[in-house]
Amino acid sequence: MARRTRSVNLPRWPGAAVVAVLLLLTLGTLAAVLWRADSFSGLGRADWAAVRFTVIQAFVSALLSVGFAIPVARALSRRRFIGRGLLITLLGAPFILPVIVAVFGLLAVFGRNGLLNEALQWLGVSKVSIYGFSGVVLAHVFFNLPLAVRMILQGWLAIPAERFRLAASLGAPVGVLLERPMLRAVLPGAFLSIFLICLTSFAVALTLGGGPKATTVELAIYQAVRLDFALDRAALLAAVQFGLTIVAATVSLWIALPEGFGSGLDREITRWDGQKTWQKVVDFGFITLAALFLILPLMMVILRGVAGLSDPPSSIWPAIGRSLAVALTSTALCLFASLVLALRGGRAINVASALPLAASSLVVGTGLFVLVQPWMNPAKAALPVTVVMNALMALPFALRVIEPAVNKAEADYARLSDMLGLKGWARVRIVILPRIRRPLGFGAGLAAALSMGDLGVIALFATEKQQTLPLLMYQLLGSYRNDAAAGAALVLLGLSLALFWLFDRGGRVDVDA
Amino acid sequence: MKNYLYHVAGLCLVATGAMADTPVLNVYTYDGFDSDWGPGPQIEAAFEETCACDLQWVAAGDGAAVLSRLRLEGDNTDADVVLGLDTNLVAAARETGLFAATNVSAEYDLPVAWEDDTFVPFDWGYFAFVANKDVEAPADFKALADSDLKIIIEDPRSSTPGLGLLMWVKAAYGDEAADVWADLADNIVTVTPGWSEAYGLFLDGESDAVLSYTTSPAYHVIAEEDDSKTSWSFAEGNYMQVEVAAKLASTDTPELADQFLAFLVTDAAQSIIPTTNWMFPAVTPEAGLPEGFGDLTQPADALLLSPEDAAAAAAPGIEEWRDALAQ
Repeated sequence: MARRTRSVNLPRWPGAAVVAVLLLLTLGTLAAVLWRADSFSGLGRADWAAVRFTVIQAFVSALLSVGFAIPVARALSRRRFIGRGLLITLLGAPFILPVIVAVFGLLAVFGRNGLLNEALQWLGVSKVSIYGFSGVVLAHVFFNLPLAVRMILQGWLAIPAERFRLAASLGAPVGVLLERPMLRAVLPGAFLSIFLICLTSFAVALTLGGGPKATTVELAIYQAVRLDFALDRAALLAAVQFGLTIVAATVSLWIALPEGFGSGLDREITRWDGQKTWQKVVDFGFITLAALFLILPLMMVILRGVAGLSDPPSSIWPAIGRSLAVALTSTALCLFASLVLALRGGRAINVASALPLAASSLVVGTGLFVLVQPWMNPAKAALPVTVVMNALMALPFALRVIEPAVNKAEADYARLSDMLGLKGWARVRIVILPRIRRPLGFGAGLAAALSMGDLGVIALFATEKQQTLPLLMYQLLGSYRNDAAAGAALVLLGLSLALFWLFDRGGRVDVDA
Repeated sequence: MKNYLYHVAGLCLVATGAMADTPVLNVYTYDGFDSDWGPGPQIEAAFEETCACDLQWVAAGDGAAVLSRLRLEGDNTDADVVLGLDTNLVAAARETGLFAATNVSAEYDLPVAWEDDTFVPFDWGYFAFVANKDVEAPADFKALADSDLKIIIEDPRSSTPGLGLLMWVKAAYGDEAADVWADLADNIVTVTPGWSEAYGLFLDGESDAVLSYTTSPAYHVIAEEDDSKTSWSFAEGNYMQVEVAAKLASTDTPELADQFLAFLVTDAAQSIIPTTNWMFPAVTPEAGLPEGFGDLTQPADALLLSPEDAAAAAAPGIEEWRDALAQ
């Protein structure tokens, strides 16, 4: 992971400024919460139980996501079929779905009256309940399996076709020679990324957790802030969360992380092995299973939502506008920060890619509240703060996609640019930007979609005049209007996917695959 | 042209002058109160007709979250009035020293006597498990625990109904509460962060019953013409939630704040409550309760801990609850 400062010769201050803002938003807000706490007490037994549960569920979730993703990615890498490209695009959907929408989709399939239990009942088998540990893990696999598939698929696609041909002509075992080393390089990073994401899980554990057994650290923080107003405990728990992430991130310095999860996914590799009929059956079996697992809940969200669309509340239009404005602004901010950091290179990247993942958004929100409040009415800052928070939370993902692309552009064209005397922003504009359009588009799509579905701090700061679409959905749900809420969820899903698709496509126009 | 500009400038001056004369009343409340379909917009319109002021709602999560926000802001708060705390939060609210006494009084139609010079009740309800009518109702918590019925409850650490249920079991069983929770554990499908998620899951068929209010079926009858829902009256009695409003000590418009609190218990405001907040009004309007409220389940007894007892029971109660359900 050794990185050097690049030779683009940009002024150093923008990168430094971004890192400073990142530190302020993560560690600074933590300090603000601590500063505001009146008294100090240690963590109780229940808090440590939450820490234990958090680590165990994140470990199991990551293990299952990655384990299931291996055969699916292999199948996708070596089979061609109609709709393959579409399927790979759809595979990205759960990851950008607002959590509460996904949970309702999952329940429509796996819930007490869900499709699975109806089928089981029809078969005369007793019903299964997913609440508790299994519910949390199920939802996490739903969210992160696609991410794991994309990362691992990328590994397969990165193996040059010539090697497969060589292996075939020599009759050498592909698995041992080519696939195993690739997996050894890719899997630890994929595992770690998902472990980190599951570590800060909140809404999933709340609804599917089944009760006090399934308390995550993030949930304990929520309860400390919201009900007990124990800011000291919230800050301590947030510090524990940082600690866990730092341990995980330190481990990651030793193992290679996969190179993003973007480009080249439409290509399938030509292979000379694995063409036996039973192998094809197994491959298509895994593809079907993954597609069913990921797409059925989405279908249920759509079906339920369509019924709720007939009578949209009047406030849905301003909420849509506000959500779009927030998503687009935070996407711009996120891309700018990612680009500046990627161009700067160096250690800053390590910090930037781990800190936002480690931060508790509730502590960040509360900290910002404490910092903003002496200067202005927090309600006036609700939307700008949401924009900044969303950009922050999407930064690790955008950075993972953009940074390798900048590296590659520099590796390929740095000498030529130097010879031509292209430096600074001119070099970025003429040489680098055109070459990273595709990952830039993909990163923008991710950031926009993640931001679209985020409830986050808006709930802490907002007033009536500022509701975003997720907040409106919650309010509908809180006023007995379940059908309208399902309609709002569908609009949210549609807009998230549309933004993602637009940016992702936009990045590809006129660009060779 | 120049003339025209003078006119515009003059109009602007007049406009800002008029704005400055209109006092603003900031009222903090929970999300549901101030949504398009909640009581907020109607109460705002009705009050602004009488006060020559500008009422501004600031919604912040649920009742517990509103109190947290006030504590974060301290004396610095812009709030003049807070609306939507319940009796289980009153002691904690009083302890902050942020609230001031008011002289508002009314003939309350509450099942309990109300004497408090600071917190003005504006609506109330009975907690109850809401279920479909075709499900046989258990007689009490113990019968519920012995049955195969599946329920969804809210987390007492993050929601006011959840805390209410905790107080309910405490008020009904005292030292035995922990055993009751242990027996109930296998009936609980899941514990949600707030009322919305719980009720949504129940309507989706994830459970036989959900912790809500005896007034919930009225929503289905009045707004959806669906009379399939009912609520259970328990032999121990049903715990009450009384929602209150209060004036902040730091307000710069104390008279206006008092005026608003007094308005809250008038007919004009109280008649808005039932079919928007789906709770009982604190003072029954002259026209009576809307149709659909008459057929609601009548609890055997009204349980309510005093704010002090509730505050004292909260922390150990949560500990007890967590231990019983974490087995």
